[in-house]
Amino acid sequence: MITIIFYILATITLGTGILTVLAKNPIHSAVYMVVCFFSIAGHFLMLNAQFLSVVHIIVYTGAIMILLLFTLMLMNLSDQHEPKKKVASRIAAAVSVCLTAIVILAVFLKANVVIESYKAENIDFQSVQVIGQVLLDEYMVPFEFASILLITAMIGAVLISKREKKA
Amino acid sequence: MLDILEQVGINNYIYLSTLLFCVGVLGILYRRSTIVMLMSVELMLAAANLLLAVFSVYHQDVSGQVFVIFAMAVAAAEVAVGLAILVSIYRNIGSIDIDKLKNLKG
Repeated sequence: MITIIFYILATITLGTGILTVLAKNPIHSAVYMVVCFFSIAGHFLMLNAQFLSVVHIIVYTGAIMILLLFTLMLMNLSDQHEPKKKVASRIAAAVSVCLTAIVILAVFLKANVVIESYKAENIDFQSVQVIGQVLLDEYMVPFEFASILLITAMIGAVLISKREKKA
Repeated sequence: MLDILEQVGINNYIYLSTLLFCVGVLGILYRRSTIVMLMSVELMLAAANLLLAVFSVYHQDVSGQVFVIFAMAVAAAEVAVGLAILVSIYRNIGSIDIDKLKNLKG
């Protein structure tokens, strides 16, 4: 049962990922990307990582997708045709991606990774409570630096996209 | 639900995130629109996050999930700054075609 759900979710993830890349209209790309991220949140939920699942939905579909869509509306790109790359460079892109995938998959298939049999010990290690304790205890300093990073990014985004005065 | 890695197998998760990463690479190489390339970068980051969470569950250790949270914060900051740069580029040259950005070549 769980295996079937995993395969369905994986199909949705990969299919909408490919559609994101190949869709002509950038708005369709953004919508497919959101479906892809919802399925990844489903994967997190299947792994019993509730906090990650909810945060993934909030951050990606709540914040990033809205940002992308507003930027797309600001640029009004939907009616403007994106000129395609040359056929040679598109073929080269496809070939090199296939080679990358083959190499990485072959490494994982042939590498004889030491995977001892997985045993689920019945200890609570990933509930919201445990994540909060570890985040604010062991990873306190990186947490504060993340807040500095976010405020720097906010100021930087405002400064960069501010309309310059005509000199 | 606790034994999902026993049933599905960690190999399948590794293959899934490898393929998702390669889809992101395809987006970077195949498209000319900068905003779709930004979305492809997001796909690659999501693939890495998924694998981190899977191995966190595999080792029964929450640190991997904490790293995923930090990676999400970095991704959010990256998208905000990237989109600001895109808007600025669009104002300057009226398009976000990556092939038109060759002023530095002289």
